[in-house]
Amino acid sequence: MESLTFRHTTKTPLAGSKPQAITGVVASGNLEILLERVLPPDTCEVAIETPVSGYGQVWEAVVADFVARAQPGGLRISINDGGARPDTVSLRLLQGARLMEA
Amino acid sequence: MAGPDRDRLSWYEASARQRLDALLDPGSFTEALGPAERRMSPHLPLFDLPRAFDDGIVVGAGVLDGKAVFVAAQEGRFMGGAFGEVHGAKLVGLLRAAVAAKPAAVLLLLDTGGVRLQEANAGETAIAEAMRAIVEARAAGVPVVGLIGGRAGCFGGGGLIAGTCSRLAVSEGGRISVSGPEVIETNKGAEEFDSRDRALVWRTMGGKHRRLIGGADAFCADTVAAFREAALRLIADAPAFDLDTLVAEQDRLQARLDRFGDCRDATDIWARLGVNDPDAVPAMDTPAFEETVAHLREATHDAR
Amino acid sequence: MADWRGERKARDARIEAGRAHAQGKVVPAGEATALLDAVLKPGDRVCLEGDNQKQADCLARALSQCDPARVHGLHMVQSGIVLPEHLDVFETGIAERLDYSYSGPQGARVAKMLYGGQIKLGAVHTYLELFARYFIDLTPHVALIAGVSADREGNLYTGPNTEDTPTIVEATHFKNGVVIAQVNEIVDKVPRVDIPGDRIDFVVEADTPFFVEPLFTRDPAAMTETQILIAMMAIKGIYAEYGVRRLNHGIGFGTAAIELLLPTYGEKLGLKGEIATHFALNPHPTLIPAIESGWVRQVHCFGSEVGMDRYIRERPDVFFTGADGSLRSNRALCQTAGLYACDMFIGATLQIDLMGHSSTVTQSRVAGFGGAPNMGSDPHGRRHPSDPWMKAGREGQVVGDPALMRGRKLVVQMVETFGEKLVPTFVERLDALELAKKIGLELAPVMIYADDVTHIVTEEGIANLLLCRDADDREQAIRGVAGYTEVGRGRDRAKVEELRARGIIRRPEDLGIEPLDADRSLLAARSIKDLVHWSGGLYEPPARFRNW
Repeated sequence: MESLTFRHTTKTPLAGSKPQAITGVVASGNLEILLERVLPPDTCEVAIETPVSGYGQVWEAVVADFVARAQPGGLRISINDGGARPDTVSLRLLQGARLMEA
Repeated sequence: MAGPDRDRLSWYEASARQRLDALLDPGSFTEALGPAERRMSPHLPLFDLPRAFDDGIVVGAGVLDGKAVFVAAQEGRFMGGAFGEVHGAKLVGLLRAAVAAKPAAVLLLLDTGGVRLQEANAGETAIAEAMRAIVEARAAGVPVVGLIGGRAGCFGGGGLIAGTCSRLAVSEGGRISVSGPEVIETNKGAEEFDSRDRALVWRTMGGKHRRLIGGADAFCADTVAAFREAALRLIADAPAFDLDTLVAEQDRLQARLDRFGDCRDATDIWARLGVNDPDAVPAMDTPAFEETVAHLREATHDAR
Repeated sequence: MADWRGERKARDARIEAGRAHAQGKVVPAGEATALLDAVLKPGDRVCLEGDNQKQADCLARALSQCDPARVHGLHMVQSGIVLPEHLDVFETGIAERLDYSYSGPQGARVAKMLYGGQIKLGAVHTYLELFARYFIDLTPHVALIAGVSADREGNLYTGPNTEDTPTIVEATHFKNGVVIAQVNEIVDKVPRVDIPGDRIDFVVEADTPFFVEPLFTRDPAAMTETQILIAMMAIKGIYAEYGVRRLNHGIGFGTAAIELLLPTYGEKLGLKGEIATHFALNPHPTLIPAIESGWVRQVHCFGSEVGMDRYIRERPDVFFTGADGSLRSNRALCQTAGLYACDMFIGATLQIDLMGHSSTVTQSRVAGFGGAPNMGSDPHGRRHPSDPWMKAGREGQVVGDPALMRGRKLVVQMVETFGEKLVPTFVERLDALELAKKIGLELAPVMIYADDVTHIVTEEGIANLLLCRDADDREQAIRGVAGYTEVGRGRDRAKVEELRARGIIRRPEDLGIEPLDADRSLLAARSIKDLVHWSGGLYEPPARFRNW
């Protein structure tokens, strides 16, 4: 298993006040994402556990694009990966952010 | 999600959390040991396998049409819904808590291939403990109702747990058995049971067969609404858990063996049960199948 | 003095030799090898029928059991290398040379045997190209074909899977060749005559019915949100944009998702009757909901599909059927239809390079082409206009007199940026080039050349290559939809934004599509069982696709 952590500063906090959400399932080619509103409003941290090693740069790019797009300030995001493709990761992150905004 | 979408949600396709969310009264669910507590498997990292925050089972309390219920839902897509140490302990804890709390029922949304190979001892123990806990809950007057219609079916120890429940509801896609198709083929050969013949697998273990022979007490369309309706009905008519019931169950199983023991295929059993056109059963839609069931004696009984 | 009847006499002699094993034309399965030993001569060109669907498997087994001392050095000219026996004959020396088209399941073994020199390869063709060569320089001496039933005169019923048979028989019989057919049964009267008896020399009563692969069945249960998103973009950004009515679909999940979105998402967009009305296509089970909702007017088929026969029989307004009611398919004619009468081909591939060349070859597999390069090419012989064809032509026109502009076929590659096991679809250099070098192919096995491709659709967006004006536009357009692959991450971000402003790249949001709306609930059918319901119980899926 490989562990990766990325920390970003955001321009704004994520809208909404939902404290916590989870989406996705740990299955082959899929992943689960736990979102918790526990950090300072201008900070986002994404921690990943993945069985597929060597894709650090791809994760970094996916997370950076997500942060730029969703501005998820205040969130600690934890991922259990089952070998998901980057587009699936991206989709789940956006789904997660939408749940937190609700 | 609310309203018609929630009701039409496919049980087979939904995740454990989606099933619970749509099954229970909106906003009524309180989870115990939720994902944020991160009670994950201590064993899977040793095998370089990913973990799930809830170890593949969601447990807690909620309200079903105004009735307080306890619920446990297995995630069939995480490790095939299999029982590991934490997964099993969460289920057992819930059942034991039910003895004291006396909810209107415990609903088990089973979706499992059995025991997790990577933590088999703990898993086997959990199965035994869960069966005992179910018996104790039933003895305390709390009906335990199994709802089965997920991808993983209900196999191995899950099949044993299902056999311990007060009542079972199953959909067409759901399968209930102890040994799975591949296990039977491996041990007895493809001539005995060809696991790739999916029509055979479903004829032998699928929801329709289980309903016809009285192994399941309700047959549901593959929607959350159908399972909700079935759960309410089964809670209301759960049998007493006493010696008479157990003796009746033993007699019924013995009679089943005597009556069908020489059948070579499920269709033989259905014919003997009095189904007019057994070959037509797999293709029947839910209303046509319900109609067929209504005419059979075996499908309805009090014993389990 | 020249002998103008040498071939004819040789054929008569072969038939005479075969007669010893036949009663009239009929040969029992057990005598099939003896028949072939008698009829075949060393070095013969032999067409053993079989493609990506039906297989003359009984005759393939019989051929593989021939005596290599008598029968050797054959030149196999056949659509498909699919069964193990198709390659066994090269190991025993019965066969030596090969010209073929498709080799799905045997792709790895083909590569190994080419590398080991056990097969002398002529070329890997498209179906239509190989059929064409049957009439010019690869005419079979002997054809071994498959049918459903025959009478004692040899009148042949090929059933719904007619496929390649008429073409093979045409080339073989009318040029002094011998035609041997395996059939599932001998009957007094065939349901319909697909091949007249005087073109069939021997009929072998097979021990088992010929094998057909259900290659075109895609289980809706396995369709992902990403595939649905891509399908939504294709419908809105290409089908609707160009008004594509006449088309061919590939075999993958992406196009199957489009088929399942027509009656739902397509309906919502008000596109019924405006797009996807006429198909050159096998009878895909996933097309059933669109047919039942009145979207599809007409479908001509290369072959049939396992389980679809009863449904097709009940929908003769849509499909081509015979007087007996069953489907009449014809691969050569359907390929021609796909080439000349369709305005669009849309399908998937395994690798795309920076210019847009694509290939399904990996470093260890030669999968062959089948029909895709034929469908997925711009036919320069086309002379009839249509709106989509003319619009594509205008978009691609850079210089020259507009009065002399011709149209363009839309050739669309629809791919996910990563394939199975996180293998990137977009690459700097195709594996096909490496493989060609390794096994000494003169022509690298490219599925669709870059100059034929008009659009690439991925989950990240649509790249319209028609609008690109130079090599840099093109490369950045491809990088701009290549997602998080190395090729995608290597993009020039400013250039990609410029391309987006020019409409060369269109993102989901540019098309008014919200990626989070790409949900499985949009599919008209979410399981095989749903397809059975849509068909009114007429579709009978193979056991392996059932869960009831």
